[in-house]
Amino acid sequence: MTRPSSSSLFSAALVGPALVGSVKKLDPRAMIRNPVMFVVEVVAILTTILFARDLATGAPDLAFSGQIILWLWFTLVFANFAEALAEGRGKAQAASLRRTRTETSAKRLRGNGADYETVPATALRVGDVVLVETGDIIPSDGEVIEGVASVNEAAITGESAPVIRESGGDRSAVTGGTQVLSDRIRVRISAASGSTFVDRMIALVEGASRAKTPNEIALNILLAGLTLIFVFAVASIPSFASYAGGAIPLIVLVALFVTLIPTTIGALLSAIGIAGMDRLVRFNVLAMSGRAVEAAGDVDTLLLDKTGTITLGNRQATEFRPVHGVSEQDLADAAQLASLADETLEGRSIVVLAKDRYGIRARDMASLNATFVPFTAQSRMSGVDLDGSSIRKGAVDSIVASVGQPPMASRGSNAAIAYKPSADSLEMREVQSIAEEIAKAGGTPLAVARDGRLLGVIYLKDIVKGGIRERFAELRRMGIRTVMITGDNPMTAAAIAAEAGVDDFLAQATPEDKLALIRKEQAQGKLVAMCGDGTNDAPALAQADVGVAMNTGTVAAREAGNMVDLDSDPTKLIEIVGIGKQLLMTRGALTTFSIANDVAKYFAIIPAMFLGLYPQLQALNVMGLASPQSAILSAIIFNALIIVALIPLALRGVTYRAVGAGALLRRNLLVYGLGGLVVPFLGIKAIDLAVTALHLA
Amino acid sequence: MTFNGWFQIALFGAVVLALVKPLGGYMTRVFTGERTLLSPLVEPVERGLYRFAGIDRDQEQHWLAYAGAMLLFHAFGFLVLYALLRVQDLLPFNPAGQAAVAPDLAFNIAASFVTNTNWQSYGGETTLSYLSQMLGLTHQNFLSAATGIALSIALVRGFSRASAKTVGSFWVDLTRTTLYLLLPLCIVYTLFLVSQGIPQTLGPYLDVTTLEGGRQTLALGPVASQVAIKMLGTNGGGFFNANAAHPFENPTALSNFVQMVSIFAIGAALTNVFGRMVGDDRQGWAILGAMGALFLTGIAVVYAAESAGSPVLNALHLSGGNMEGKEVRFGIVASALFAVVTTAASCGAVNAMHDSFTALGGMIPLINMELGEVIVGGVGAGLYGMLVFVIVTIFVAGLMVGRTPEYLGKKIEGREVKMAMLAILCLPLMMLGFTALATVVAAGLAGPANAGPHGFSEILYAYTSAAANNGSAFGGLTANTAFYNTTLAIGMLFGRFFVIVPALAIAGSLAAKKTLPASAGTFPTHGGLFVGLLVGVILIVGGLTFFPALALGPIVEHLAGAAGQTFGTGG
Repeated sequence: MTRPSSSSLFSAALVGPALVGSVKKLDPRAMIRNPVMFVVEVVAILTTILFARDLATGAPDLAFSGQIILWLWFTLVFANFAEALAEGRGKAQAASLRRTRTETSAKRLRGNGADYETVPATALRVGDVVLVETGDIIPSDGEVIEGVASVNEAAITGESAPVIRESGGDRSAVTGGTQVLSDRIRVRISAASGSTFVDRMIALVEGASRAKTPNEIALNILLAGLTLIFVFAVASIPSFASYAGGAIPLIVLVALFVTLIPTTIGALLSAIGIAGMDRLVRFNVLAMSGRAVEAAGDVDTLLLDKTGTITLGNRQATEFRPVHGVSEQDLADAAQLASLADETLEGRSIVVLAKDRYGIRARDMASLNATFVPFTAQSRMSGVDLDGSSIRKGAVDSIVASVGQPPMASRGSNAAIAYKPSADSLEMREVQSIAEEIAKAGGTPLAVARDGRLLGVIYLKDIVKGGIRERFAELRRMGIRTVMITGDNPMTAAAIAAEAGVDDFLAQATPEDKLALIRKEQAQGKLVAMCGDGTNDAPALAQADVGVAMNTGTVAAREAGNMVDLDSDPTKLIEIVGIGKQLLMTRGALTTFSIANDVAKYFAIIPAMFLGLYPQLQALNVMGLASPQSAILSAIIFNALIIVALIPLALRGVTYRAVGAGALLRRNLLVYGLGGLVVPFLGIKAIDLAVTALHLA
Repeated sequence: MTFNGWFQIALFGAVVLALVKPLGGYMTRVFTGERTLLSPLVEPVERGLYRFAGIDRDQEQHWLAYAGAMLLFHAFGFLVLYALLRVQDLLPFNPAGQAAVAPDLAFNIAASFVTNTNWQSYGGETTLSYLSQMLGLTHQNFLSAATGIALSIALVRGFSRASAKTVGSFWVDLTRTTLYLLLPLCIVYTLFLVSQGIPQTLGPYLDVTTLEGGRQTLALGPVASQVAIKMLGTNGGGFFNANAAHPFENPTALSNFVQMVSIFAIGAALTNVFGRMVGDDRQGWAILGAMGALFLTGIAVVYAAESAGSPVLNALHLSGGNMEGKEVRFGIVASALFAVVTTAASCGAVNAMHDSFTALGGMIPLINMELGEVIVGGVGAGLYGMLVFVIVTIFVAGLMVGRTPEYLGKKIEGREVKMAMLAILCLPLMMLGFTALATVVAAGLAGPANAGPHGFSEILYAYTSAAANNGSAFGGLTANTAFYNTTLAIGMLFGRFFVIVPALAIAGSLAAKKTLPASAGTFPTHGGLFVGLLVGVILIVGGLTFFPALALGPIVEHLAGAAGQTFGTGG
């Protein structure tokens, strides 16, 4: 997966504030959001109080319990540090956004619509109409209701090339904080101050308004349950010890408890969530909620628009197919003449093909004394008139219909009388059969006629984007079904679908068809993702589980979707799914790792704890830790340090590869499951060596 | 260890496996309401019962109604059994003239048999009348077993249905399980047991003169019928105090083998019912595979430990395996296998005294129960216990394929995780909590026969057996006291119903969900990888909790024994 390179995780600019933040976050009122770490904090506070008492009264082993308590607090600070660092990365992005928002004033139009008053942007209300002129900052989100302007949206997209925003159509939405470079527009405000796009973006990347996602809530329940199980396991030990004729110091019980409960995943859980959101933002996609990112990982069906996503936006001429008795050269010549003045990409491609394949050089329209006949929606054809001759190219049915009439250029002249139309001449049938063949192959046929005589057909081909076939194969391996949405007829659609390698297609699709398709998929329990930009896409965007609205789209589309792609690149849907999956995988991998860690921790602490009761239990000290105290201290140090060690993984995410779920599971289980079993054995042993060498215990 | 020993274990496994498919197929037809071989015979009775009780067999229940019906039914059964025990001296079929059962013991027995535990703080032949045994215990043996099976089917329906409001009818499930499955099997089984020499009589105890001329009273009774259901229904409550070690309960090698098979038969077949009902047999085999892996590990350890014998005796050059507390006619392998089978399933019948096993040999039965008896398990209870662990496993590891967790097309979300954790939490709370209490109060400390770690194991085993609804006793513990009777009964009731009700809640919530079609991105749950993962989670989440307790009990006892140290008697 490609994505913009991320800045260094531990840059000084981020670490400093994060350290401050991690101490501030020790406030129990903030801590309670995270049940596992809250329990650790309660334990840390209680043991600290007892330690203070012991310090006053003088008790044995103060240095040992002091160190344990210190590491309890470190565990908490490290957990907060992970979260603060993740938030910090978002904040850095938010800061630049916030700069654009300050001190904006607005020209609010009065009721008569003619003059305006200047008010601060913060005073604007939904429904107000403002005037934005060259150089002005657009004060808030809204919809252009009058005028056209070029707008610099670099503040939100990072893209400095200006974009056109105009009333009506699909490019009417403007974003607060962006700047009008030329012309003037009237904008109806659609979001009050504080809830604009940029405001939401800031809140999301900072993690301030981050609500826990359903999966996070469920995971927290599991972690709380595990914590409770270990409460039982540890709380019963004093009785067992007393039966065995001894007692276990409280601080040792605390150490066992804190190392057993799933602190690793508990500490990193929210950082993983924030980092997932952050990865999307870096990818210039804005999710309206964490829930949407999770849903992206679960997507079963992707609806993709053909044009712009699967094929290049324009079609290209690839072949000239003359009728019987006309040479390819003649057809190419006529087609080239008809297209000389045609500035559309399709027209240009005809000229290029004629030159490349038949060596027909560009000719000068003026010297030929030619007049260009532009395309109109009524005639559905274009061409040139020269020296009493006329050449037309256009939709097959229009051209065929036109040769049934007197040629345009000679209409009204005497020649028309001599013209004998033949309703089903050989040429007509031939042209129609060629056209059908081309359509079947996924192309668009353009018929060419000269002076009422059909010459042949130009084969315009939809060019499937390079590499898209591989992307779809990748998606299939991920278990995702792709459906191409197109306005083409079923024949053409089928051919392009086959060439691009999508699983299914919806031809001659209306917005209602799209909505119906989404509902049908959802009824089978599937999650559907799609992207769209037009107002008529809004219902489907709202219905889809992941609806990515293009930033160039309408306000309605942006409101309906749960993600906005700032680059307006519909192909990104594929990457968004990858990011969602990566987020879920990271969460799963660290949970598994955290739980698997417990095995080693038991083997470190249990023999150390009970050695005073039964010296035989030394046999369980498989790591050969130096002393009971060093064993316990090493376990708790490992427990704290592993959080720091895993921060980069939590923030960057586990690498996602588009292989089947089975292969993915095998790999992750090997790395994080088996790794989770083995790593702490090595880590605790290493720390024990250091602790012993430094005479800490 | 001998080849013959391993052959017996392999034969046992092969016979159980061979029964899985035919029995599973038959049971599936029973629970989906299809016609079976027995329909012509049984259906009129079934109809008659519904008409008598006013049950509409097509009227299914929401999970809450299902749970309500189940709890009401058991509350009623509990009260009837308690009352029966308290006044048995006034009722007929009491040729030995047994007195009324004391309140705390009656409470314990009622809790024990209603919960399919069959913990016995009493000796059957010296405490209970024939009426109490037949009307009270055998009757509950059937119904508690049928309830477990019904419950597991309700949970399976949760997985197999989509967007459904109901999980089946408790009344119908209970009736069909009893009429189509338990009764017919038990009738045949009883006749087989009688052929092996188990008594089935309402006549009085026999006074006989032994070969040496001494006089002895031989306790008799309707034994065979109770043994049949105690095994098939994984109840385990013996007619006699010595349970399956008693020659009248388990007379021959063949009866011993068949009894072991019958403990596993229904539980193992239920995994096949699960696979069939969710439309993919492999899912059932995967679950049975996880059970099988844990089972084989267990039997290997016990067989090895018992064959090696006591290190203390070995040090005195008394070679040979550990035969203390074992029937000579069964020997080491049949006793070891029986011990693992009875604790893997929540049966609790014993043919040897677990208290006399070596430290490690006795630890495996303890672990089997601590894991929640998910290794085949009690009829029904094993399957729903296992499915609860499956939910936790899927939730922990399912995310690793990059999708929110799902099992068999059902999304595993907050509600399922909450209920699964409630069910899992209940066992350590009861087992460790009550052990912690009993190891500090005088009434508890008076129980164990041994000092040191072994005494600790005796207490731990009792509460573990109770909360896991196993009912086997380690022996050595004097449990018929007000303290133990009451606390053990509480453990049994919580261990049963605080697992059942969350499991039903899961069934209800799953049934209401849509079923997602599987794709290449779906977490695969039918292969070896999943089996390994499931076993790992069961051991880490279910087992590690007990590591401190095990370290202070069997583990230290083993290590001390290896060093030649013993701890003497206590209590």
